[in-house]
Formats: sequence, C-alpha cells, structure tokens
Amino acid sequence: MRRVAGLLASVALTLLGLLLVTFLIGRVVPIDPVLAAVGDRANAETYERMRQELGLDLPLWQQFGLYVADVARGDLGTSVLTSRPVLEDVARVFPATLELATAAVIIGVVLGIPAGVMAAVHRGRWPDHLVRVLGLVGYSVPVFWLGLVGLLLFYAKLDWAPGPGRLDVFYDGLVDPVTGILTVDALLAGETEIFWNALSHLVLPASILGYFSIAYISRMTRSFMLDQLRQEYITTARVKGLSETRVIWRHALGNIAVPLITVVALSYATLLEGSVLTETVFAWPGLGQYITNSLLSADMNAVLGGTLVVGAVFIGLNLLSDLLYRLLDPRARR
Amino acid sequence: MDKFARSLMGAAFVALAVVGTGVGTATPALADTPKDALVMAWQFDDIISLDPAEIFELSGAEYGAQVYERLISYDVNDVSRILPGLAESWEVSDDGKTYTFKIRDGVKFHSGNALTAEDAAYSLRRAVKLNKSPAFILTQFGFTKDNVDQKVRATDSGTLVMETDQAYAPTFVLYCLTAGVASIVDAKLVQENEKDGDFGTTWLKTNSAGSGPFKLRQWKASEMLMLDAFPGYWQGGPSMKRVIIRHIPEPATQRLLLEKGDVDVARNLKPEQFEPLRASKDIRLVEAPKGTLWYISLNQKNEILAKPEVRKAMRYLVDYDAMRGSIMNGLGTVHQAFLPKGFLGAVEDKPFKYDPAKARELLAAAGYPDGFTVTMDVRNTSPTMDMAQTIQASAAAAGVKIELLPMDGKQALTKYRARNQDIYIGQWGPDYQDPHTNAETFASNPNNADDGTSKTLAWRNAWDIPELTGKTASAVLERDAGKRAATYQELQKTVMEDSPFVVMFQQVEVPAVRTNVEGLVWGPSFDTNLYRLATKK
Repeated sequence: MRRVAGLLASVALTLLGLLLVTFLIGRVVPIDPVLAAVGDRANAETYERMRQELGLDLPLWQQFGLYVADVARGDLGTSVLTSRPVLEDVARVFPATLELATAAVIIGVVLGIPAGVMAAVHRGRWPDHLVRVLGLVGYSVPVFWLGLVGLLLFYAKLDWAPGPGRLDVFYDGLVDPVTGILTVDALLAGETEIFWNALSHLVLPASILGYFSIAYISRMTRSFMLDQLRQEYITTARVKGLSETRVIWRHALGNIAVPLITVVALSYATLLEGSVLTETVFAWPGLGQYITNSLLSADMNAVLGGTLVVGAVFIGLNLLSDLLYRLLDPRARR
Repeated sequence: MDKFARSLMGAAFVALAVVGTGVGTATPALADTPKDALVMAWQFDDIISLDPAEIFELSGAEYGAQVYERLISYDVNDVSRILPGLAESWEVSDDGKTYTFKIRDGVKFHSGNALTAEDAAYSLRRAVKLNKSPAFILTQFGFTKDNVDQKVRATDSGTLVMETDQAYAPTFVLYCLTAGVASIVDAKLVQENEKDGDFGTTWLKTNSAGSGPFKLRQWKASEMLMLDAFPGYWQGGPSMKRVIIRHIPEPATQRLLLEKGDVDVARNLKPEQFEPLRASKDIRLVEAPKGTLWYISLNQKNEILAKPEVRKAMRYLVDYDAMRGSIMNGLGTVHQAFLPKGFLGAVEDKPFKYDPAKARELLAAAGYPDGFTVTMDVRNTSPTMDMAQTIQASAAAAGVKIELLPMDGKQALTKYRARNQDIYIGQWGPDYQDPHTNAETFASNPNNADDGTSKTLAWRNAWDIPELTGKTASAVLERDAGKRAATYQELQKTVMEDSPFVVMFQQVEVPAVRTNVEGLVWGPSFDTNLYRLATKK
C-alpha cells in the first residue's frame, strides 16, 4: 500500500515537472502570444486588453501558480485558436488519435509478436533476417514518406483504400459523436455502412503507423524469446517430449508475456503521441495535428494542455503496465 | 521445427488477410463527389473566429463572404467600380460628413427575420464596441464605443445614417464598408444568443446569423467547414446545396484527392505540382490575381541599410524575372509599387531590373565597394524560403552577403514588430479595397520612437518620414477622385525610388479545379472568392 502511495506521489511530481517544463518553454519561445491572438494589425488598445486577458502582465511565478491551480481544477484555459476550453478541444480530437493508435497497436501485436517469436526460433536463418530487415526499414524510413507512398499506391493507383480523412465526405456529420471514435459511434447508431466506411479509412493510416510498432515489438519479442530459449526449463520440456509448438507457445511465450505487456504499453504510448506526421499526411484530425497547429499559431494554452494530456497518458500507461507487472509476475510481489 | 514455422507463417498470413480484407471490402471510393455538393481541400487552420466583427484572416474572410453581406460591394472585375450591396443607394451631405443609406427592401436573414436599417446600425455599432482586430477599419472615422450610438443610427426601418468626424473622400468611406468587419448580422438572433454582454460573440464564433447565399452548418477547427445553401437568398439561391471544405494540410495529399475526384477544388498546390496538372483534361488551373504583395524591407536602424545608395542598390540585386519564372511559376507577377494593380491610382511601372554592375557602382558611392554582410529573417515556408535563397545568390554578385535566419512565421513577426531585424522578407495584403490601406502602412509613420503605437511597416523599418506621413493623411480627405489618384501615384513613385521597401511581386492565387465545376468566382481578394454561382456537370 505504501508502495502505491509512493508511486502516486512520484506520478504527481512527474506531472508537476512536466507542467513546469512546458510552461517555461512556452514562455521562452521568441513568439509573442498576444500577437498570435489578436493578429498583426490590432491597435494598441486591443493588444493590451488581450495581454491582460491572457494574464501576461503578471510576474512569471504568479502566472505559473495560476496555471497549476487552474489545471488542478481541470481547467486547461481557453484556446486562442478555437476560443473554446482546451479540455473540450482535446476531448474532441483525442478519440481520433485513440482510434488510430489502438488500431495500429492491434496490428503491431498481431503481427509483431509472431514475427519476433519466429525470428528467435529461426535465429540466424532467413525468417530472422527477414524480420530484421523489415524492422530496420521500419526504423529508418520516415513515416511521412511511407504514408504518401501508401496513399499513392493503395488509394490513387489501386483504389483499394479510400483517401485521407476519417470518412468519405458525404458521411461527414451524419452520426452523433457519442465516444468520438467513429467506428464505435457508427455501430452504436446502427449505421453499418458508415461503420465500414470509417473502418476502411482507418486501415491504411493504422497499417502505416502499425508497421512502426511491428518493428519495435518484434525486435523486443525476439530478444526476450532468445533469452528464454537458452533457459534450462526449455531443454527440460523438450527432453520430456513435449511438441515444439507447445514448448514455444505455452512455456516460453507464457514466461515473456509480462515484460511484453510493458513493451506493448510503451509502444501504445508512443503511438498516441507519435502520430503527428501520420495525421498530417492523412488529414486525420487528432491530437497530434491539434498540437502541431497550436504550436504553429503560438496558441500556448492549447500546446500546454495538449502536451499535458500526452504526458498524462504516457505516465498513466506506464503506471498501468507497472501495476500489471506486479499483479501478474509472482516474483514482483515479494 | 518446420511444422511450427509453417503454422506460424499460416498465422501471419491469416492476420495479413484479415487486414487485407479490411482494405478490400472498403466501400469503393466513389469516382465523384455528389452532384449537388462542392467539396474543397484547403489549409484553413488560420481561422480563429467565425464572427464577422472579429474575422481577420484570409480563410475566415472567405467564409464571411459566403454567409454575410455588406451595405456596399464592388465589381470583382474592376475594383474601382463601387456597387450597391444591402444598401441600394446612398447620399453624402454637402459638408461630406453625413452618409445616408437606403436599405434594400425584402431581404431576409437565414432565420427568416427581415433585414432592416436597425440590423445595419446594430452590426456596425457592435463591431465598434467589440473592438476586435479589424475594428480600426470603422473606428478610423471617429467612432468610439461611447459615441457610435449617436453617430450610426437608423432613422426608420429603411434608412441608415452615419456621421464621420471629418470630411473624408467618399470612396474611402465606402470601400471600408465593403470590408468584412462591416458585415450585417441578424440583430434579433444575435441578441437572443448574448451572454454577459458579449454581443453574442461566443455564439457567433461557431454559428452564423447572416443573409448571404450560404449558412453555416458545421465548423470543426482545423478539420472541416460545412455550409448549406440558403434557398431564400434575395439574388437567388445557389445551385450547390452544400459546400464542404476539408482541412488538408499537405499539398501532396490535396493533389491526390483532386486527381481522384474526391474533391472538386484544391487550394494549396505548390508551383512544382502545376506542370503535370496543366496537361490533365480533368483539371484546370485558375490564375486569380490577388492584392497581396511580396516585398523585402531594409531596417533603417542598420546604418549600412540606411544609406540611400544602398537602398537603391538593393533594388538592382533582386532578379525579378528569374524568380517569376522559376519559384513563382504562376503564383505571382512582377510588381514594384505599393498599390496592387486594380486599385485607384495604382502605378504599374517596373523601373528596376537585375543589374549587379549598377548595384556595385551605387555601393561604391556609398563607401562599400566590396559589399557588406547583413542578415535576413525568413519564414520557413515555401515560397518565402526559396525567394530568400535566390535573393541571397543574386545579391552576392555585388558582394552583398546575406545570412538567412529561418524561423517560424509568428516568431519572425514578433521580431519584426520589435524592430530587431536587418532585412525582412514577407507579404502584405490590403485590409480593404481603398488605396489608403497600403499608403498608410508603406508611406506613413506618425511616431518613429521605439514606443510608437502605430506599428506601420514604415515604423517597423524605422523609416522616419514626416512629409510623406502628412501627405498620406491629407489624401484621405481629398474628395476629388482624380486628384486623389494623382497623390497616390506620387506617393508610390517616391516609395518606389527611395524607401526601405523593395516591392517585388503581386500574388496570384492558383486554385486547381475539376473541369466539371464551373461558375466559381475568384476575385481580387479572399472575400471576393464566391461559391454562389458554382455549378457541376
């Protein structure tokens, strides 16, 4: 119990640190946030009014104090760009990213783990090389380029996939946003046609994004697996005459399941924040695009809010995998 | 082992097949957009508000032009022709200070409310009292939040009276009334949605209350803007029942969508994408000259750049023609005066050509026979960056070494407004269609002190010009249009020959449109791009 309290305290500290860093970055950027809000041609009076509205006439420490107090109340301030509460904005765009990242991580797990296992079992032979090469490509090719090539090939040339965006144009706005996750909303509304449309729009960007998580997950799986295959209990199992399949999938994989959860959680967190470029190429209106836009227009409240949410998600997922680890791994409960 | 490998491969294939069918069973992308809807791909992430009293960005202004109307309009093919709008006629008193507008009868707002002079009075007062960024276009006639209720009033439901503080040139006043900030809103509807005396601005940011050919259906910031036709529009409802504008940030993605026919119009293609499209029979490129100018400016706080010969030399170190052909590739025409072509009194002479030898002579006369070194602040976007690099190369021919400092647009602007730059390269677009808008910024600097509040472009480059400032101020009071035009011609020639400004190009907007779409109007400013007459085959 005390351990959990300690854990939570460190989480709170991490969050506070995150707040401070983003806040300071926001203040040292050589961009005038007032200017960003009122535009280049506002008169002096309008400018000054906005400066006060944004609280920029106060000393820095006071601004930070106010900011932390607001955040504690769940108030992330108002976005200059959309004139709506940042929290509402983030809640509106986050589901799109969640949907994309979830689809990508599913692809990453379904293909990455078997690929990693295969590479480990056939160490040094062609399946291993194949997985390694694919992983290397995943690491070195920019997602931006891969996304455009994917669009060119599957959308423009072959017509297998629909174009950018979350839906075909004429389906836009037909389903009430309940969760904000279009595929789920469409099912809830019983609109199967829209569901299929949303799903088809999801496949290509999720595959592109998923490819990068396949690379990471398969590499980690491979090294965990190699570690296990050297252990004595594997030899024992083989000597006992268990089938190879059973040895690999039940014994070895069962033993690496727990560290794999951590890997998947981390990969998921990375996908949640790392989809910026994918979102740009596919015109996918998610958190990544929102933060990018906010940065480009010096909308500091939105940048801070968005970053905070990303940080919180990251910390949350870390915490979750930590707790799962303790729960599932008997050795950690000592 | 082999059996295992096989089963594993099998599993992988099954997984791939599942993913594959997801793609395969996708509803086939329709070859075309719906016949009664216009679909556009555009970067419109600059929209901050949809309230016409606050809109001051290019894409916002274009939205405002579809949804709201003004008292006065002008001919998109000839900016110098002022036309009736919601006011069908007007009179100016003999002393030049009182304007009486006759409001058009029978115009309805989207809500069904009748549009009256009271709505017009409310709208102008509202814009003045809200005092957002574009409010200066109206407050320059002496309106303040305290006096505007007396100065702008409806004497009956069909008559609006407006009193200015001085006898301005009538064209100046009327052109300002064609600006978006002078849009007429549905007073009843806006007042119904007022919260804590905010003039309904919170509500109007995401709703519409206009009388234009379209009404707002839905806006999602940086995602989508959807308009519905207003069948009751007084000049006839649009044939497009709906306009869907999608925010597509990446030009390459825009081009893919356009070529597939998933959008009808792509707004942000780059010059290098034009060539292949010119050959396409499904797509045509429209070239619409806009009022925006590209210029470089030389900060007079830098003692080298403050020398008149150096200012002159810089004019000969820009390779105008080469840039027009390569970087601009249709996105601009060479222009060297501060009034864009089409404005009252615009000068179209182009006295300067790339001439490094001449520049060298001038630099030698200034005491820099071997040139000098300066920095240039550049927004890291295309085509600004490409232009800066070309100028860097052409200026080097006379020994002028320009170090480029790439930065984000907002950062460049922050620095520019603090007068901390050497050379700035950028754009300037007129705020309304009267010559005063540009004269005021290029040729007027009322207070050159560092704390000067009027941050005109002349001020930002520390160019102290009491005489030109006076001349600019008197030009708006000249009621004879011919004389007024002559004054602006003089001002332009002075600025052209000897100022910190090297004006280079006038921008041309190049939207790419599917050939089955006709009737879109691409006017001289963003708020004269009109969708009402668009048809689709």
